[in-house]
Amino acid sequence: MSVQLSLTVNGKPVSATVDARTLLVDFLRNELALTGTHVGCDTGQCGACTVSLDGRAVKACNLLAAQANGAKVVTIEGLAAADGTLHPMQAAFKECHGLQCGFCTPGMVLSAIDLVARHPQPDEKTIRAELEGNLCRCTGYQNIVKAVAHGAAAMAK
Amino acid sequence: MYSFELKRADSVASAAALLGETGGKPLAGGQSLVAAMKLRLAQPGTLVDLSGIAELRGIRKEGDHVVIGAMTRHAEVAASKDVRAAIPALAALAEGIGDRQIRNMGTIGGALANNDPAADYPAAVLGLGASVNTNKRKIAADDFFRGMYETALADGEIITSVSFPVPKKAAYAKFAQPASRFALVGVFVAQTGGGVRVAVTGAASAVFRCKPLEEALAKNFTADAATMVKVSPDGLNRDLHGSPEYRAHLVSVMAARAVVAAG
Amino acid sequence: MGANDTGLIGQAVRRREDLRFLTGAGQYTDDVNPPHHTHAYFLRSPHAHAKIRKVDTAKAKAAPGVVAVFTGADLEGVNGLPCGWLITGTDGKPMNEPPHPVLAQGKVRHVGDPVALVVAESPHEAKDAAELIDVDYEVLPAVVNCVAALKPGAPQIHEQAPGNKCYTWALGDKAAVDAAFAKAAHVAKVDIVNNRLIPNAIEPRAAVASYSRADDSYTLYVASQNPHVERLLMTAFVLGLPETKVRVIAPDVGGGFGSKIYLYAEETAMVWASKRVNRPIKWAAERGEAFVSDAHGRDHVTHAELACDGDGRFLAMRVVTTANMGAYLSTFASCIPTILYATLLAGQYTTPAIWCEVTASFTNTVPVDAYRGAGRPEATYVVERLVHQAGVDLGIAQDEIRRRNFIRTFPYATPVALTYDTGNYDATLDGAKAAADVAGYAARKAESGKRGKLRGIGYSSYIEACGLAPSNVAGALGARAGLFEAGEVRVNPTGGVTVFTGSHSHGQGHETTFAQVVAAKLGIDIETVEVVHGDTGRVPFGMGTYGSRSLAVGGTAIVKALDKVIAKGKKIAAHLLEAAEADIEFRDGKFTVAGTDRSKAFGEVALAAYVPHNYPLDKLEPGLDETAFYDPTNFTYPAGTHICEVEIDPDTGVVEVARFTACDDFGNIINPMIVEGQVHGGLAQGIGQALLENCVYDAESGQLLSGSYMDYAMPRADDLPSFQVETRVTPCTHNPLGAKGCGEAGAIGAPAALMNAVHDALLGVGVKHLDMPASPHRVWQAIRAARG
Repeated sequence: MSVQLSLTVNGKPVSATVDARTLLVDFLRNELALTGTHVGCDTGQCGACTVSLDGRAVKACNLLAAQANGAKVVTIEGLAAADGTLHPMQAAFKECHGLQCGFCTPGMVLSAIDLVARHPQPDEKTIRAELEGNLCRCTGYQNIVKAVAHGAAAMAK
Repeated sequence: MYSFELKRADSVASAAALLGETGGKPLAGGQSLVAAMKLRLAQPGTLVDLSGIAELRGIRKEGDHVVIGAMTRHAEVAASKDVRAAIPALAALAEGIGDRQIRNMGTIGGALANNDPAADYPAAVLGLGASVNTNKRKIAADDFFRGMYETALADGEIITSVSFPVPKKAAYAKFAQPASRFALVGVFVAQTGGGVRVAVTGAASAVFRCKPLEEALAKNFTADAATMVKVSPDGLNRDLHGSPEYRAHLVSVMAARAVVAAG
Repeated sequence: MGANDTGLIGQAVRRREDLRFLTGAGQYTDDVNPPHHTHAYFLRSPHAHAKIRKVDTAKAKAAPGVVAVFTGADLEGVNGLPCGWLITGTDGKPMNEPPHPVLAQGKVRHVGDPVALVVAESPHEAKDAAELIDVDYEVLPAVVNCVAALKPGAPQIHEQAPGNKCYTWALGDKAAVDAAFAKAAHVAKVDIVNNRLIPNAIEPRAAVASYSRADDSYTLYVASQNPHVERLLMTAFVLGLPETKVRVIAPDVGGGFGSKIYLYAEETAMVWASKRVNRPIKWAAERGEAFVSDAHGRDHVTHAELACDGDGRFLAMRVVTTANMGAYLSTFASCIPTILYATLLAGQYTTPAIWCEVTASFTNTVPVDAYRGAGRPEATYVVERLVHQAGVDLGIAQDEIRRRNFIRTFPYATPVALTYDTGNYDATLDGAKAAADVAGYAARKAESGKRGKLRGIGYSSYIEACGLAPSNVAGALGARAGLFEAGEVRVNPTGGVTVFTGSHSHGQGHETTFAQVVAAKLGIDIETVEVVHGDTGRVPFGMGTYGSRSLAVGGTAIVKALDKVIAKGKKIAAHLLEAAEADIEFRDGKFTVAGTDRSKAFGEVALAAYVPHNYPLDKLEPGLDETAFYDPTNFTYPAGTHICEVEIDPDTGVVEVARFTACDDFGNIINPMIVEGQVHGGLAQGIGQALLENCVYDAESGQLLSGSYMDYAMPRADDLPSFQVETRVTPCTHNPLGAKGCGEAGAIGAPAALMNAVHDALLGVGVKHLDMPASPHRVWQAIRAARG
């Protein structure tokens, strides 16, 4: 059973007809070859699939592609500038060693940007609480917390 | 996920018509429904997407009530100036549902229609004595929640909004299950025009009012009064994360904390 | 590193691999999409234990999009999955090693045991078709507990393992231990459960298997920590293919923690099937599948005793452990509770006599194998809980009882088969105490008390054996493989260097650390060094990454290859400079005639090797490409002290980790930023084990109750404090880098520190014993039981 959708992904308009049961994450990965959005669980908890939907961080594995109809979606591939300059939050993750295996990283970065939009100068407690929806098994979160604070400061400039 | 058909509705009337024709299920934010479908635990033949229905969105103050459209997301409730001013406990509860990404998609109508035994919103709706408005009628909170994942909603009936009376004071205290972060026990305490109401979620098969606590707090709205109440473990849930006895104990503890938070 | 150190060693060089991960350009197995690929779905047993009477796949085969359906019957002639380590029991007999069919044959033995492989055009169609497979099960009683499995009358899981026993094995001098206990002034005792864990790398396992008719060869992309081992086991032991016909590529891998070491049924079946369907086959585990198919960790039940004299000096230790193997022997399962466990029971202490007996049993659960730390966390937990208990029993402060028993003379031969080459346990204990502000603890405890909270402090002075391993020693202990590592240094004509390492990075940052080692040693720009790993088609050989071995063993192999490159470079430079080879020195990227200013840059020598116009062709081959295999002469022995402070809310049982300090000795450190990150991650997993994580099966049905993130509590950002991490350095004496390894320390030391803190906090309310995890429910129950 197919469904029509048109949306904007990383600034580009996209139209497609997909099986209604296509998840947004599968649409991004399989139809648009945007494989930076990852799938780490099937219960909507790990947050590896986090993307921005009209400016809100959402879990692309817990959303039908059809639910993104008409929306502006930004994935990890859409954050850096056209000349390759990293978004300040991406740069902060590198500077602070906020990633190891890199699998949770795209979701973490997207969540962090959503977080900073609401908390421009987040303290450690806020950052830890706001990252509740993103699991990382490698870093123990400490350098992620550091990176988010660092990225927030850079974004304020 | 099993195959299904997706229909988009642009009004409550058209949604109701589509649901009537297809026997399908409404899709709100989908944060529970899509998850259940992925695990093949739910198998609707048709989903009727409510996200395009403008009349289901928004928060407004109506006299001494706050009315929240069914498709209003948790994050919107949490951030709403009206809700924060009138019922700060409700804003705080919404801010504690799931995680940020869930709050950015999940809706109050979807959460209530699902009536997960460990969901937060049912505690607020029951604790505040709110009413659930549908395309057919107005349902009092005391009549709405029927059992595990069961509500008074008829097939094809659509929640349109929830009307919360502004309490004198209220607060919600949640003890999160360590893995899911759903409520192992969540207690909503309110001093309302109709007296003290205490609603408990997570502890049993569905949200319920705890009469012993209501009586105790009606006499003496203090943390100590709540702590003194020995809640019966009979009928409470047992799982990996807590025995009925533990949950019963936590009901008193969380009630006491909610009383403190209510100020 | 010596004279050629360009200042890169010890520097927090930012990671080179980060750019691709931060821009979504990483390539994980599930990102690989060969043309015309199909999708696999594995139908798994819903039962813990059942006979398969019949499997009917007719309807599934006829379902839309289905390419093929295979069951165990189709795989007749394919061998079972092998176990890589033979343990010989105390009875002198080899362990019971029942077959582990790739797809179930005749019986299923745990929930999740794969029964059929469906290959279809889409994942949905594969899954839809799997529901049409009719399996007629005769459900049998199940047993999930490792002790219960050994009791008379327990359900029999394998014909080849009577009484569900895999082996009983022992290490140490039992008579000496018995004699020491007989005259001990005090005996401290603990009965502990080391809880079963599920590794949960955030990238679920995945594989893409392709077959080429052109040359009858296979290519397997797989989320693996050791592609060469994967290839060796799959070809030689299971499928009977020549290694030359199988290329295994482990591209970017999203965390491993042990769980991606092993040869699993899924990729094996897929490689086999890829020829049958003549199309690539892709599979990515759903998280729910990962819970019931990734090898689990830990799961020990132990009684342990420590004999002390009146001053708290340890005289002897006696440990009896039952270990759960799960339903089948996973690749390295048998050596974890033996070779990697009992040998660590000396800890940091001079305990002169130790005896340990381990019985391993089969149960109707997912196989258990190495998980971050692998045997050493279990050993540390036994030792450090015992030491804590002895301190409590004898009224000796926790730092003092450790100090009284520390080993201070090296090398030190323990009574459990290891020889520690070096260490300084006082330094790490002192460092941890200072960093943890132990002096301020009493005030913090009083302040907690004012708020109605119970505060406790716990120590864990751990040791680990890393840098696996001297192959001959391992072989004598039953290893069926070598444990060396290989490295190739290919100097390109224009001076750039490509390094091929048999180690695999799945988060550890080898592309940066190894490049630092190479650039420093050759005195060249780090940007000219590229590190390649994870591909049997490019890397000469490799044993992979596990046991905190990559730098100590894999890094050393690279250093040995670099030595060969430099030695050859000296010969070339001697020719170019018309000097004697013995007079050539290599320093700062230049070959120099000693005592002169005449020199050739490294790049010039490289160019000469590939454009050998002026070259000693009569004595020397052209080219500059060297390979080394390094087999270590000993294990390495990272050690340290962790100190944890907890605050417990007696009303709810919630344990908050208020402070956590680690002071570790990993030997020399190449990149302190990466090392600190490794410690953080290890601590999170160790704290996770002690506080949150618990794999629970229903004792009757054998169903996995903690089968998703809804019930298996993963540590999240707000569960953890900021850790205080420090290091002290005693260089490893037997590898040129002086490195010991750092990847597992956190997971090894942390559980005991946390649980000792919990026991300290609860001592006042009368709680004597609590098993991990110290979940709110358990803590509350323990307090309630103690208060009566």
